[in-house]
Amino acid sequence: MHPAIQGILTIVIGVGACVGYFYFANQFLDKVLFPAKGPNAGRNINRANQIRPWIFLFPALFVLFLYLGYPVVETLRLSLTERVPGGGYDFVGFENYAQMASEPKFWEAMRNNMFWLIVVPAMSTAFGLLAAQLTDRIKWGNVAKSIIFMPMAISFVGASVIWKLVYDGRPIEQEQIGILNAIIVALGGDPVTFLTIPFWNNFFLMIVLVWVQTGFAMVILSAALRGIPEETVEAAIIDGASPWQIFFKIKVPQIMPTVVVVWTTITLVVLKVFDIVFAMTNGQWETQVLANYMFDKLFRANDWGVGSASAMVIMLLVTPILIWNIRSARKEMR
Amino acid sequence: MDNIAGSKSSLTWAVHISVIALVVLWLLPTLGLFVSSFRTVEQISASGWWKAMVASEQNITMRAADPDDFRVAQGDLFVVDGNLFEEAGISGADISVWGTSSRSISAYTAGDTADLGDGETITVQADGSYVWSGNDEQMSGRGQRVFVTATTPPEFTLDNYRNMLFDPSNSEGMAKAFFNTLTVTIPATIIPILVAAFAAYALAWMEFPGRALLIAAIVGLLVVPLQLALIPLLKLHNDIGIGKGYLGVWLAHTGFGMPLAIYLLRNYMVGLPRDIIENAKVDGATDFQIFTKIILPLSFPALASFAIFQFLWTWNDLLVAKVFLIDATGQTTVMTNHIVELLGTRGGNWEILATAAFVSIAVPLLVFFAMQRYLVRGLLAGSVK
Repeated sequence: MHPAIQGILTIVIGVGACVGYFYFANQFLDKVLFPAKGPNAGRNINRANQIRPWIFLFPALFVLFLYLGYPVVETLRLSLTERVPGGGYDFVGFENYAQMASEPKFWEAMRNNMFWLIVVPAMSTAFGLLAAQLTDRIKWGNVAKSIIFMPMAISFVGASVIWKLVYDGRPIEQEQIGILNAIIVALGGDPVTFLTIPFWNNFFLMIVLVWVQTGFAMVILSAALRGIPEETVEAAIIDGASPWQIFFKIKVPQIMPTVVVVWTTITLVVLKVFDIVFAMTNGQWETQVLANYMFDKLFRANDWGVGSASAMVIMLLVTPILIWNIRSARKEMR
Repeated sequence: MDNIAGSKSSLTWAVHISVIALVVLWLLPTLGLFVSSFRTVEQISASGWWKAMVASEQNITMRAADPDDFRVAQGDLFVVDGNLFEEAGISGADISVWGTSSRSISAYTAGDTADLGDGETITVQADGSYVWSGNDEQMSGRGQRVFVTATTPPEFTLDNYRNMLFDPSNSEGMAKAFFNTLTVTIPATIIPILVAAFAAYALAWMEFPGRALLIAAIVGLLVVPLQLALIPLLKLHNDIGIGKGYLGVWLAHTGFGMPLAIYLLRNYMVGLPRDIIENAKVDGATDFQIFTKIILPLSFPALASFAIFQFLWTWNDLLVAKVFLIDATGQTTVMTNHIVELLGTRGGNWEILATAAFVSIAVPLLVFFAMQRYLVRGLLAGSVK
């Protein structure tokens, strides 16, 4: 069967099954299980209303459990076991973790990830704040916002191709077609192969993610800046505050909670960053990161134990944000 | 706050200039790839894309027409005349200097007559027309070589797109990957919406024990890295016989998109006016009717926000497709994967890479500009405050 037809069929079956499930489950509850008539009508209505939320929730909860809940536990289990040739798994304790810790590539990935975790959220938030503050003050600000926001729609792979052209370098005798090297050569320098200089190439990769994420930071922070009560700014002006003081001492402290949200959201993106490194360097020239290290282990080395162990490391790094998010969500609900 | 901040005019200029700088920085990389996708191989490697907009000076080597076929007798001499550019398929070019040997390519200016010895001459005009004459022996064999330095106008071509999209014989073409991506994206966008909407309604408007706990759990699942899910689910898919394929990737995207979908939709539905829902209940509407007749239509903005997110995410995804969809045959490759493969095999062929990347970027960009409002609204609602 042609995949397109299969796709249409899946939509029809999927949507039909969903609607059918919800409709008939409700009908069954109201007409068959607890009919709202006869001697127990009142009790039946109450009972039906106790069960109904779970009918509404069941498909979503099932999918959530199967695709996100169960894998967390299963990955933890796999990280403590080893595949035995011929099928089956042996419990090996922390051997996978020990093996991972003995690999220099893992520590390289950890080191690089730490730089990613500091540089990308900081730069994206800073640029986002700058763009938000500046574009809110001018007439064509919305057009500028659209353009800075645009990379959000571009895939990481697309962004990698875009930036590979920017970083492109050729021998000095040839005409440079990468804009950065063209500028360097025009200023009298030698062309640079940006992506193969160990250590610094990490930062050239980070720029790609900063370029993508700044728009996100800008949109959220711009909304927060607009929400600042005008009186506070007016009072500061009357007291003779300079524009710099107004921005850093009046506005920024008031939007601090939003800055934290933006920072943590980008941190999550950074921890999962895979496509950019995979497409641009594939972890060569000391640019390995955790997510790509894990992919290497899983699908090249075919080592599910160490792969799962590195996935658990990513999970561990995410956990503080997870707890913090749940706590602030609960606080908000009260 | 510009109305009260008392901004000074000098500062306003600084703001304008800084914003222009930011916009240029953010636009240039994409623009470079976009322009490159409309240039030929030779143009891309001969000059940077930023030079494509203006007329460029190029050194071109050309040949006069074959004398055996085109020479015309004039007295005791033979003459070949024609136009170098027409014969080479170049239009609008303008010759400044030219030469007949590779060692002195700027020996003559346009309109000069070059003496090739023993009475053989060639005259080349600025527009490329030439007159070449000589005796019987001289005017045979191959056409006279001419080295010209010419200014060519900006030239763009659609050939790259024709080649990558509509040429069925091109094994590197994007057409198949394009349709595969579409096949992945549409069901993976539509199905989670419905499932999540019902759950979001229950979490927003139905009372039951454990509701707060469930909401907290969903907020937690929002941040679980999908890296964790790869092996267990691949194993599961293999065990229950789905293996690698479209069904698997649809299910995976549905699962991974679910927390955000429920979270976004619940946040929106909670804000709907309580009166409408209670009135409907008093009038005897069931929860199912309230949901389908009132909540769903009213939640359209939130549904649109999520649909855009899920569309962009599934269209741009590489990892999930690589793990759950693409098998060894490569028949089910998606565009992101195809581009990564091209990066490996065609690293220097920018006309191919740029075109491939732009084919895949174009659709999300269209969606982005058409529905930016909903995207922004979704972002504002979706970030945990």
